[in-house]
Amino acid sequence: MDLSSINPVLLVASLMVAATPILLAAIGELVVEKAGVLNLGVEGMMITGAICGFAIAVETGSPWLGFAGAAIGGAALSLLFVLLTQVALANQVASGLALTLFGLGLSALLGQGYVGIKPPPTPRLDIPFLSDLPGLGPVLFGHDLILYLGIALVAAVWAMLKYSRAGLILRAVGESHDAAHALGYKVVRIRIMAILFGGACAGLGGAYISLVRVPQWTEGMTAGVGWIALALVVFASWKPWRVLLGAYLFGGITVLQLNLQAAGVAIPVEYLAMSPYLITILVLVILSKDKSNAPASLGKIFHASH
Amino acid sequence: MIVLEKRPQPSRNWSLATPVLAVLATMIFGGLLFAALGKNPVEAIRTIFWDPLFGEFAFYYRPQLLVKGAPLVLIAIGLSLGFKAGIWNIGAEGQYIMGAITGAAVGLAFYPLDAWYVFPLMVLGGALGGWVWAMIPAILKVRFGTNEILVSLMLVYVAEQMLASMSLGLLRNPEGHGFPGSRNLNDYAAANSWIHQNAGLHWGVAAALIAVIFAYVLLNRHMLGFHIRLTGEAPRAARFAGVNPARLILFCLGISGALAGLAGLFEVAGPAGQITIDFNIGYGFTAIIVAFLGRLHPVGILLAGGLMALTYIGGEIAQSQLGLPAAAIQVFQGMLLFFLLALDLLTNFRIRLHKKEAA
Repeated sequence: MDLSSINPVLLVASLMVAATPILLAAIGELVVEKAGVLNLGVEGMMITGAICGFAIAVETGSPWLGFAGAAIGGAALSLLFVLLTQVALANQVASGLALTLFGLGLSALLGQGYVGIKPPPTPRLDIPFLSDLPGLGPVLFGHDLILYLGIALVAAVWAMLKYSRAGLILRAVGESHDAAHALGYKVVRIRIMAILFGGACAGLGGAYISLVRVPQWTEGMTAGVGWIALALVVFASWKPWRVLLGAYLFGGITVLQLNLQAAGVAIPVEYLAMSPYLITILVLVILSKDKSNAPASLGKIFHASH
Repeated sequence: MIVLEKRPQPSRNWSLATPVLAVLATMIFGGLLFAALGKNPVEAIRTIFWDPLFGEFAFYYRPQLLVKGAPLVLIAIGLSLGFKAGIWNIGAEGQYIMGAITGAAVGLAFYPLDAWYVFPLMVLGGALGGWVWAMIPAILKVRFGTNEILVSLMLVYVAEQMLASMSLGLLRNPEGHGFPGSRNLNDYAAANSWIHQNAGLHWGVAAALIAVIFAYVLLNRHMLGFHIRLTGEAPRAARFAGVNPARLILFCLGISGALAGLAGLFEVAGPAGQITIDFNIGYGFTAIIVAFLGRLHPVGILLAGGLMALTYIGGEIAQSQLGLPAAAIQVFQGMLLFFLLALDLLTNFRIRLHKKEAA
């Protein structure tokens, strides 16, 4: 075992990369849940985004078009969730599960010709001098744009929810859809927009895995990240900055266990690989006592009788 | 203008008709999907739904129906009890894996002892393994209010790692020349779940039928079953009626875990034969579709389990004969759940055409 082979600067830099898919998916789901909708299909939308982004990036040679395609792919899949829960008024838990099962199958089908291919590299930020700073450079200025987009989205969602009128309306819809409806807000329309935003974010997160983090396509490669993102929203008690904190915590655990595997620690690989999931459960247990922040209408079906 | 009018009670007729309509819709859209993949849709649908039952080689495929259907029905029956009460165990895949591991471990511990009690002990071990795995989300939910959906799902990934660890380490066949995977239980008569291999009969099939009857009696004749239904349909009324939610959570998750564990054990002691890294093939997730397709009703689940087993087998035939990708069948199964949930609108709502009244 050789722990000195773990470089702290690289560890922090790769932690940020590992955290970004969770962060993107979780911030999207946070907006969805703030609107009072529980979409358990995050995993399905992520994996669909992962293959859409990968395929488009490979075919066009442009990672940016890939990411755009991933966002559209994720949003398109979430449209199915819209049809089920907002139009057909189906149970949200069941519909979310259906979305995940369907997304996993669909992605495997779409990805058949793409196994073992390398995607075009996503360029990293390269600011002369700043990116070369020892220590800080690779951590703060050496990443790709999508990673910064993730952080910017957290800030934007936070500001939107806290300061803007749109955020207020979104929260009203999530807290009491009947009251919001009585005030004349279009509950269904607002929820649809939130769900589509969530789908696009999950798609981006998925593509970040297949285009930057791994970068390759394998079936089922999201391996539960979508579910971890869902858990993250709960234990961030629906607060954007806590989502960022939580995502980095998880990125840290993931990267650390990979580093420990590589360093040849005496713990078997399988037990290390379990750790992110076990720690998710642990944190859920510690933080789920307090549910006071949950949107009051979360998961409830809205049907305007008149 | 089209208006949805909530029915005072879900329509019984529509509730029975929607699964059939959903299957038909899935066949049509599935056919379109197969056509988009460049296959003849009619031929593909016929290969999936007709050939395993009445085709030239049906004598070979019909027993397979029992083999694939049994674990699906067994798991779905357990899940349906919880789903009825709004308790969402979606980690049956993990409980299935753990049941297989513990059950096989019991059997392998006795190897090569030839005694009548080996298999019954394995059955107990399998049920116990699944039960313990499901008790984790149950106890966390009761004690800390943790979301059982997320915990049970996280435990699937933990169980998968455990499976890898077991087949490479603790349970590896000592005479397997270092290859991963346990001893093959099909070579160990005392630990075998087959009753009649050529007919596809193993103890899991029997257990699935017993579970169907048990669930039917529980839901229709027993107070606990009434409490389950009451909690799902009117949670407030259930509280006033003195239903203990903690007990219900422990019961529903426990029974579904035990049944999933049993399914895992019967699979490993029969059709699969050994613990390997890729032992699980998603029965735990497909069973969710089976439970919904069967309307959470024991008899419905029996029929739905048969249908899903058919898509598995037909899918394999279509894969080898028509070159239809395996993933297409997965999409097909996912589609089924979609159409079912969407068409359920007709069960709970009445669609009315309203003329706009003059103001």
